Order: sequence, then structure tokens, then C-alpha cells
Amino acid sequence: MIYLNIFLSEIYKILFLLIPVLVSVALIVWLDRRIWAFVQKRKGPNVVGPLGLFQTLSDALKYVFKEVIIPASANKTIFVLAPIITLTLALIGWAVIPFSDTMVLANINVGILYLFAVSSLGVYGIIMGGWASNSKYPFLGAIRSAAQMVSYEVSIGIIIINVLVCVGSLNLNQIVLAQQKVWFILPLFPMFVIFFISALAETNRPPFDLPEAESELVAGYQTEYSGMMYAMFWLGEYANILLLCALGSILFLGGWLSPFDIYPFNVLPGVFWLLIKILFLFILFSIVKAIVPRYRFDQLMRLGWKVFLPFSLVWLVLTASFLFFFDMLPKVSI
Amino acid sequence: MLAHTFFFYFFSGIAILSSLMVTLSRNTVYSVFFLILVFVSISILFIMIGAEFLGMIMLIVYVGAVAVLFLFVVMMLNVTEIVNKKNLKKKIINYRSVASLVGLIILLEMLIVVSGWKYKETFSVFSSININSEISNTHAIGNVLYTDYILLFQISGMILLVAMIGAITLTFKKKENVKRQKYFEQINREKDSSISLVEVESDKGVKLND
Repeated sequence: MIYLNIFLSEIYKILFLLIPVLVSVALIVWLDRRIWAFVQKRKGPNVVGPLGLFQTLSDALKYVFKEVIIPASANKTIFVLAPIITLTLALIGWAVIPFSDTMVLANINVGILYLFAVSSLGVYGIIMGGWASNSKYPFLGAIRSAAQMVSYEVSIGIIIINVLVCVGSLNLNQIVLAQQKVWFILPLFPMFVIFFISALAETNRPPFDLPEAESELVAGYQTEYSGMMYAMFWLGEYANILLLCALGSILFLGGWLSPFDIYPFNVLPGVFWLLIKILFLFILFSIVKAIVPRYRFDQLMRLGWKVFLPFSLVWLVLTASFLFFFDMLPKVSI
Repeated sequence: MLAHTFFFYFFSGIAILSSLMVTLSRNTVYSVFFLILVFVSISILFIMIGAEFLGMIMLIVYVGAVAVLFLFVVMMLNVTEIVNKKNLKKKIINYRSVASLVGLIILLEMLIVVSGWKYKETFSVFSSININSEISNTHAIGNVLYTDYILLFQISGMILLVAMIGAITLTFKKKENVKRQKYFEQINREKDSSISLVEVESDKGVKLND
């Protein structure tokens, strides 16, 4: 009986987290399209509901009622499994995101490693989808994305180490609390820029959307997908973008901390500040999508391995030596 | 405790079954997927005994990077199914002696590992590490890894670096007749050196020299 109670209360908590995340994914898709349209002097989706807010809902309904087509030569199990894995991995990452000092589903010691692991597993959905489709465009898209995501994970990992050297803990709440004096975006600004660009590459956003570059690969790994399975890829992609925005705001923008610890700012709850920061990063993401042309694949690889990796390594050495020589390394009680 | 036992047997069962499937499945891509399942369930077992750092590193390194490369290679080579069953049987008979030898050696090694674990106090002199249960195991690993075992840590890093450089030099081929982008030249181009205004005479045109 006690297990049932624990189980039900956890389910309740998870639903309380997941439903807002899914709703905000729907809203963020709309926001993305609106910003894209505004940059190009169009109106964007503005018909369904007030300001077109229900556009994503109607799109999702359309996908639900469409027929799911599975190609005859596809590997059916893996073909169906791929979008499920993408969506699941994009959603389970939210379990460790702290929305305030107490509002966190699982306050685990190695939260940042968990997030990093989840985002590095994201490549499987794409590879499986591309391989199982048994068609050349999806397969090429999958190979591209495997190379791209594995390369940019390396630089994201080193950037995370940069932050961790300043914090001295892998717990996400500790990382936020360490920024009470100054947000890490100020001392580690170059790392923030590199993190932002690597996050674009990690989530296959333009200008790094080579896995689904429509001019050369039709729609990349999604080519053979239709109906609900396509919608799951699509939701997973946006949930992943939001997750990396959340990670960026926790690492560099002070998470749920308010920008100033004075009266009108510190009465607002931490959730509000975190959402504002995620929204800010997401707006940057969509403006980049609208104004930057797509990279070529060799340029992408060069940027990841020959520019970001050495630069973030050097910066790591600099940060560590600075902290060491000025005796500012975080103290750990032994 | 009951739930803990249940989850332990559940995940270890998955690990054992899928490690069997790695060798038994005919499709090599399936084998790699089962290998990933083994890695994931073993990292869950690590987390269940409280070694959360090891479990996460296992996920990041093995599942997030190594298995991706495995999958990459297996998919590219396209060795999906072995169709010719007769040939396969013949091959298995050919390799029977070698395979049983290798199996025997692995069995002996496992026996040594298990007995070494059981009689650790009699053989090992390194069992003097103080484990402080107050600090998280990430801190505990860091404390011994970067102090007592720094030499071993550095040496293993060097071995990995040498292996990486070796692999790159073995596969690197300097290709001729490949147009490479020259970034600095491209960025440093000025208007004066690259654009010229030419008065074109009628019926003669211009001669391009690049």
C-alpha cells in the first residue's frame, strides 16, 4: 500500500511538471514561427485563436488524424521506436531542472551529468530513425547528425567543466546558488557564446540544421515519417531546445535567481525568473534561425573541432589557474 | 527494500538477457542496440548501489559516444544478416577449437576476478582507502584520483592520447587535387585587390586571367 501511495504521488508530481512543459512547447513553436515571420516582415500564424496562439494545437490535431505510413522496406520496430525515444529523452531531462530552491522533481547530486547524458543520448532517436527508414536521404541525414552531435557534445562538456570548476558541485541547485554574487555570464562570457552556438548545433537548429537540410536531403532523417510519428519528432526537437535553453540559463544566467536582490525583484517567485531567462534564450535561438544562412558540413566540423574545442580548453586552463592562484577555488569539506 | 530488490532483479535480468542477445542476434545493428541496452541497465545498477557518478559517466562515455561510433561503423559497413546458413555452420566448426580456448581463458579470468574480490584482504595491499560517507562519491573519487593515483590517471590519459594520434596518422591521407577553403585569404580579401573596373571595347570583350 505504501508503494502505491509513493507511486501515485510521484506520478502526480511528474504530470504537474510534464503538462506545463508540453503546453509551453506548443506555445514556443508558435512563438518561433511568429518571430521568424516578423524578421522577414510577414505576419506568421495569426488566424487560429487569439494572435494565432492555438495554431500548434490545430497542427497537432491534424497530425493525430493523419495516417501513419510505415514504408514497406523499413525496419518496423526501430522505425516506430525512434520518435518515441526522441520525445522521451527530451522530456526526462526536465526531471532535474530546478525551478526554485525547493521546486525540483529530483534534486540529485549529479544533476548536470544527468542532463549531459540525456542530451548526448538524443542522437539515438535520429540515427535509429535514419537507419530504419532504409532510404538514402534519411540515412545521410542520420550520419551527418551523429557526427555533428558527437562533436559538439565535446565542446559543451568542456564548457560545463568550466562552470563546474567555479562551483565545486555537480548539483544544479548548487550551481544556481553559486551565482548569487555574480552570474557566470560575466566572468565566463566567451564560454556563454560558445555554449549558445554549440547548443544550436546540438539541437540541429539553423544555421546547423544539416541533418534535415531540405535543399540537399529532402527532410533528412524525418523524410519517411508522417502523422503522429512526425509530430513526436517535432515535439521532441522543440522540447530539447527548451531543455538546452534551461541548461544555459542555469549555467550562465543564474537559474531561478532574480537579477537584483532588492525589493520589487525578489518578491517574484524563482519560477518566473527562470521562465523569463529560458524565453530570452529561446528568442535568441529563433532570431538566429531567421537571420543566419546554413553552414556547410565541413565548415561545421571545422568550427566544432578546430575552433571551439581548443578555445574552450585554453579557457578552462585559464579559469582553473586564475581560481588557483587567487585562492578562489570552491572549498570542499573532506 | 522490496522495491529495491525488485528493481535490482529487473535491471540485472535485462542486462543479462540483452548481453546474450548481443551475441545471439543475427542482425549486427540489433547487436549494437542490445549492447546499448546492456550499458544503460548496468549504469542503472551503478546508480542503485549509490555510485551515481560512475553510472552517469558510463552513460555519457559508453552510450553517448562509444556506442554511437559502433553503430556508425556497423551501419556504414552494412553487414546486416548472414544469409548463407550452411557456410555459417562450416565456419563455426572451423573456429570451434579457437573459440573454446578463448572461452576457457575468459572463464579463468572471471574466476580470478571473483576470487580476488573475495580474498581481497589476503592479496591486496591497497585496501587502505578511507571511505568517508559524509561526502558525495563524486568528491570521494576526485579526492583519491587526483592525489594518490595521479600518476596512473595521467598515464592512462597519455595512453589514450597516443592511441588517438596513432589512429589519426594511420588513417590520414593527404589528398591531392582537393579544393580546400582558405579561410584567412577569404576573410582578408579587400575590395581593391579583387574588383577592377574595366572599360570593355565593343566587339572585343575582356580576357579573364585568374
